Amino acid sequence: MRRSNLIALAAILVILASWEMVCSGLHIPDFILPPPSRIIAVAVFQAKTILPHAVTTALEVLIGILISLMVAVVLSIVMFAHPSVEKTIAPFLVASQAVPVFAIAPLLVVWLGYGIASKVLMAAVIIFFPITVNLLEGFKSCNQEFRVLFQLMGAGFWKTMRLLYWPWALPHFFSGLKVGVSVATIGAVIGEWVGAQQGLGYLMIQANARLNVDVVFAAIVWLSIMGLSLWIFVGFLERRVITWKS
Amino acid sequence: MLTVSRLSKCFGELFIFKNFDLELPKNGFTVLIGPSGCGKSTLFNVLSGVVNNDGGEIKWCGESVAHLGGTSAYMQQNDLLLPWFSLIDNALLPAKISGENIDNARMKARSLFKRLDLEGFETYSPAEISGGMRQRCALVRTLMFERELVLLDEPLSALDAITRSSLQSLLVMLQIEFHKTILMITHDIEEALMLADEVLVLSRRPMRILDRFSLRGAKLRRIDDPDLIKIKKYVLNLLQEELDI
Repeated sequence: MRRSNLIALAAILVILASWEMVCSGLHIPDFILPPPSRIIAVAVFQAKTILPHAVTTALEVLIGILISLMVAVVLSIVMFAHPSVEKTIAPFLVASQAVPVFAIAPLLVVWLGYGIASKVLMAAVIIFFPITVNLLEGFKSCNQEFRVLFQLMGAGFWKTMRLLYWPWALPHFFSGLKVGVSVATIGAVIGEWVGAQQGLGYLMIQANARLNVDVVFAAIVWLSIMGLSLWIFVGFLERRVITWKS
Repeated sequence: MLTVSRLSKCFGELFIFKNFDLELPKNGFTVLIGPSGCGKSTLFNVLSGVVNNDGGEIKWCGESVAHLGGTSAYMQQNDLLLPWFSLIDNALLPAKISGENIDNARMKARSLFKRLDLEGFETYSPAEISGGMRQRCALVRTLMFERELVLLDEPLSALDAITRSSLQSLLVMLQIEFHKTILMITHDIEEALMLADEVLVLSRRPMRILDRFSLRGAKLRRIDDPDLIKIKKYVLNLLQEELDI
């Protein structure tokens, strides 16, 4: 293991250990702040109850990512090809981010129901923005000399997109995607808080009402694992796809 | 072959060149040399249609054309190889874009790789090879264009002296073996005298032709030839005076 990894691991262990000591030293009851040992025990031993909820949330997040990918790619290409379109819809895109997801969550639940559709949409609303913005910036950042070269070779927009703009923008795309996947769970969980029958957000609300704070924390642990795995997976993809940058 | 008459380009009030005339013979090697910022690269951009001209006429093979975008290949200081493609895929770019048969193009590219001493490096990425090899690969790509006119905008100025001299002989090959008509910009008077059939010395903005020399003799010419040394001194003087004004 590399030295930096060791340091990171040590830091986490130190934080967990002090948390543990504070809880037991000050006799903090479990329903206020459970110690990490208790949280991990719940997260592991109650996995049977938690797992179906985690699967639901993961599904919402993954579908949300897929939808927002499609939307982001189409939007950014259209905006790049037609600056007038960008001028027209950019304010709406920014507005969609300025309005807190909390504010529209109840509406979406009313419109799309208690199933996963409203959560998928909420996740997608959060994720598509960083991907779209980064992709568009990536296309725009393309070197002028390369553009001229393609122009002189007689390349049309789509050929230039496929051979030049798209690969050029890929590093930007991945930074957007990384931001997107790391906040993706927010949309899904908020949706589940507002109204759901399944999912980690639903589990948290239920457990919180019964003062099962350890279950709330266990759900958070699972959420973190989910977000972290997504992040690591995207990083892995990035290294596989972008082989020309070290 | 190419006749440019009364060509003008201005940015706002500022004329880069006004009523500029230029004549390129078929299969000739013409070199433009001038003080930096005199508008040589703008001339290339106008000729290739990257920017519009503000008056004048461009005639290609006797026919008036808007620009030479479809008839010329362009090579510049920056090799502009795409980092995500291997060398061979970079060379195949013109074929991929024009949609011609990729297998034929691949065969042609392979023989050019051989001719330009890049054989065995087809699958390497541009980041893995030297600047001279990259520029040779850019030259292969330029040749894959199948265009008769080649515009060279200081193609060798980013290279070290030794690499440059080996690539200069490849530029001669471009003219003699591949029968291209060449218009080249350079800052290097010696390079101009080694390679050109005709050297045009340009003034500061607004750009016009100060003087011209027709050169003979087999290429690459030896730069220690007494006649060439005289011309070199004269041209340097001329350019110096331009800068001093």
